[in-house]
Formats: sequence, structure tokens, C-alpha cells
Amino acid sequence: MPSHLHMKPSSMQKSPAFPFSDWIGLVPFFIFILAFLILPSLNLFSGAFKDSQGNFTLANLNFLTDQYVLKSYAISLEVSVITSLAGGVFGFFVAYAITIGDTPRWVRNILMTFSGLAANFGGVPLAFAFIATLGRTGFITAFLKSICYADAAGAQICPFNPYDHGFNLYSMSGLALAYMYFQFPLMVLTITPALEGLKKDWREASENLGATSLQYWRDVAFPILWPSILGATILLFGSAFGAFATAQALTGGSIYLVTILIGQQIRGDVLGNPNEGYALALGMVIVMAITITAYTILQRRTTRWLKV
Amino acid sequence: MKGKRLNLWGWFWAVAAMLYFFVPMYGTLDFSLRMKKGLISLLAYRTVLADSQFLASFRYSAIMGLITVTISVLIFVPTVYWIYLRLPGARPIIEIITILPFIIPVIVYVFGLIRTFSGPPFQLTLTPFKTDILITAGYIVLSMPYMFRAIDVGMRTIDVRTLTEAAQSLGSNRFQILVDVIFPNLRIAILSGALICFATVIGELILGDFLVRPALGPYMVLVGRSRAFEPAALAIMSYALTWICLGLIQFFSRGGSTQQQLTGR
Repeated sequence: MPSHLHMKPSSMQKSPAFPFSDWIGLVPFFIFILAFLILPSLNLFSGAFKDSQGNFTLANLNFLTDQYVLKSYAISLEVSVITSLAGGVFGFFVAYAITIGDTPRWVRNILMTFSGLAANFGGVPLAFAFIATLGRTGFITAFLKSICYADAAGAQICPFNPYDHGFNLYSMSGLALAYMYFQFPLMVLTITPALEGLKKDWREASENLGATSLQYWRDVAFPILWPSILGATILLFGSAFGAFATAQALTGGSIYLVTILIGQQIRGDVLGNPNEGYALALGMVIVMAITITAYTILQRRTTRWLKV
Repeated sequence: MKGKRLNLWGWFWAVAAMLYFFVPMYGTLDFSLRMKKGLISLLAYRTVLADSQFLASFRYSAIMGLITVTISVLIFVPTVYWIYLRLPGARPIIEIITILPFIIPVIVYVFGLIRTFSGPPFQLTLTPFKTDILITAGYIVLSMPYMFRAIDVGMRTIDVRTLTEAAQSLGSNRFQILVDVIFPNLRIAILSGALICFATVIGELILGDFLVRPALGPYMVLVGRSRAFEPAALAIMSYALTWICLGLIQFFSRGGSTQQQLTGR
């Protein structure tokens, strides 16, 4: 940290000049990035404005207003918004429990470690874990199914089978439950530092002034925390919006998320004009760009507070 | 009174979180052990481990993981070193570039990659070998946010300029400085970056699937479509692998400032 700090002034003096010899060490990196990140991204961007003959057109963007496509954006947004809000609230309270909530040290250690694990645990194995747990023959399903009693006529009644009550793991609700497995741990990881940054003095000061617990949270803690809470929730939104593998493995592609639609477009299944796939992808990048910009702005606000 | 109420509230959420963590994990473990009717057995695991396709795809992903880690380290250590030594002003730009893979959804990135390299002038999908070059590049890009951050954090803890000047005054050239001074000092940062990078490659589905290479991810999807118990066994095994990688990182970076990494799907 200190060495980093005292480097800053010298960089300030140097930065305007930037002679070529200073950049030469970055050439391999930039060549790699240019070839395998910038070029594909630019291609994506320009492809969205080209017809199949390669002429400039805005027609592909019309495709974004296609009913089918709008529906897929709606589904993606729905899953992402629901899981980011639910995951955000749940994760916040868990973070609260392990910081201010006075749970013992070992609880905190377990929950932080598992959050690190679960936030990294996604994709196909996550889908498998939920199929084994909540699928038609899964562990919890089997358990709930086995709670039975005989009614007056002597027929077996098993009132707790979730599949009799409209639950289906291979649908939106199942997908949302699976996403929650990485969503709330992500919230725990991102919001815990902010909660740790709440000074005890602030609470004591407000109590000395006669504030109730509710007033403290409403007038002191929440105004300080909201940028981090909102920022973290946006991060969750982004992580759900871009997810593909879990949905693919869980539903076999039967829920038309935008990512699933793009996947089918790559395989050449659905859409007539390949350039419409570019428009689809461009739409996603725009949503993500807005998301990350909002996150960055909120993050700046937070760090300003926590440094005080 | 008040303290006690707060405590209960905290416990409620802590227990709820633990249930959400452990129930699916336990359910999966239980399910994976029930392949033999009425018995607890390791049959599902044995079936998976005896499947030649599993072994082949695991070997493929592991080899690709090692290649990816090697090239990634060779690109990012000199780059970050150079930034700290000569161009601290360029760090914010590089940092933004390296988090781009977080911003662009993987499926969108792969779409762009395939459309760019499946036709002239830079065709890279004709032979398996060329496709492997492309897929390695893709893996490097996808794990770049982790690798860059790990090395960046490591580089911050060493005094790059003093070390470089000391080595230069002893007559080392740039290559020797990197190999004999910078790499050894960064070994823990490199190791934790390498582990996350490796775990990313092993668990990756989209690149292997759409570039049609025999990686572990597509194999798992295939098994998931046709089998019942083996997927649960695979899920437990990949839990274990993620666990080992994270455990090793924590073990090696004890007391260091390596942050918990976020997401990789």
C-alpha cells in the first residue's frame, strides 16, 4: 500500500509525455487484447448495423422490437430483477447478522467462507445440485412427498408434494431458486465491508441523542449504506442477466432468456438473418453497460463515505 | 433486552443462510449415493470415473487449464510489472480493459469470437489445433479479471522500483529481473491467480460447447440429459474441486490482502 501511494505523484509528473519507450512493455498485452477482445467486440458492434450483404442498415435494430425478442428480454429482466432484489435483501440481512448482529465468530467464518464458495459455484454443477435436491425425484421433493396421512375414506393424502402446488424446478421459479444460490452470497461478499464500515460511535451518538433503533437505521445508517446496497444489487442484477450455463443445463433451453436465444442464434437454429443475432447481443451489452456504469458511480459514493 | 432481540434476529438470518447453503449440498450428496436401489453406495462416482469420455474431457480441460494459466501468467506478470515500473498512469485504463469480460456476458463474447474467427481473414476454426488456439485465447480473456487482480494485488506489496534498481546495479537485464526477482516475489499472487484461472477453465461451458471441443462442461451437460445419479456425483466433485482451489488460495495467502473473488459464470 505505501509503495503504491508514493508512486502516484511521480506518475502525475510523467503522464502527459508518455514517450513510446514507456509503452513498449505493454505491446504484447495490447496485441492480445486487440485480437481477442477488441476485434470481436467491434465486429459485434458493426455487425449489428449490417445486412447480410454487408451494407449499412438500421433494420436489425427493428428486430429488437420483435415480439419474440421483447418477450425474451422481459423474461431475462424478470429473473434478474427478482433474484437480485430477493438475493439483495437476504444477503443484506445475512451480512447484518455476521457483522452487527453479534453472531459468534465461527458463524461468521462459516458464512463468509461459504459465500466465497457459493458465489463461485455456478453453471452446470449448480443446476445438477438443484435437480438432485428439488427435481421431481430430488431429496427435498422425496421428503415432502413422504409426509402422508390417510383420510376418512382411507385414501393416502400427501399434501406437501411441491409439484402438486404448481412448483416446477424446470421453470422460472426453479431457475430463480437456483440463481439465489449464487446471488445472496455475492451480496454478502460485497456488502459486508460496508456494514463493517458503520462506526459504533455513530450508533452511540444517536442513542445519546435519544434516537430509537428504527430512527438510527432510517436517519443515519441507511442514508450512508444505500449507495452500497443499491450498487451491490445492481451487481447481482448483472450477474443474473448474463448467466447462461445454469439455465441451459436446468431447463435444456426451454426458458427463452436472451442468453439462451443468442446461444441458439450461434447454433443457427432460429432466426433467419444472422445479423439479427448481432442486434440481440448489442442489446445485452447496452443493458450491461448501463448496469456497470451505475454500479461504478454508486461505488465511488460509497468509498468516499467509508474512508472518512 | 434489546441486545437479546437483535441477537435472535441475527441468528434467524444466519441459520436461514446456512440452510440455503447446506440443504442443496446435502441433498446432492445424498442423491449421488443412491444409485444402487436401497443402498448407500459410491456407484455413481465409480461409473463417472470409469467413463472414458469423462476421463478424456477432464484431461482435455485440465491440459487447456494448464496452458491457459501458463500463457496468462506470461502475459500479465510482465504487463503489470511494466505498469508499476514505467507507466503507473496507464493502470486505470488497463484495469478497465481487464474487467471488460465481467461486463460483456460470456455468451455475447463467444458470439463475437466465433463470428470474427470463423471466416477469413483470420479463420481459426478449421482444424482442432487452430480451434484450441482460439479457445485458449478465450479462456485467457474470461479469466483475465481474476488473473490481473491477483497479480496487481501481489505487485502492490513489493517495491518494484527498488528491486529493479538493485538488480540493475548488480548487472541484470530486464529478462533476468523478471525471472529471478519479480516472479519469485510474486509466487503467491501468481499461484492464487493461477488457481482461479484453472478453476474457471475446468468449469467453463460456453466456449467448449460452441467451439465444439471435448471439454468438461459440454460433457457434463450431456450426462445431465441422459443420466440421473451421475450428474449429482459430478456436482459434488466440482464442489470439492472449487473448495480445494479456494482453500489453497486462502492457505497460501494467509495474512495477505488477496480479496475474495467474485463470480465466474
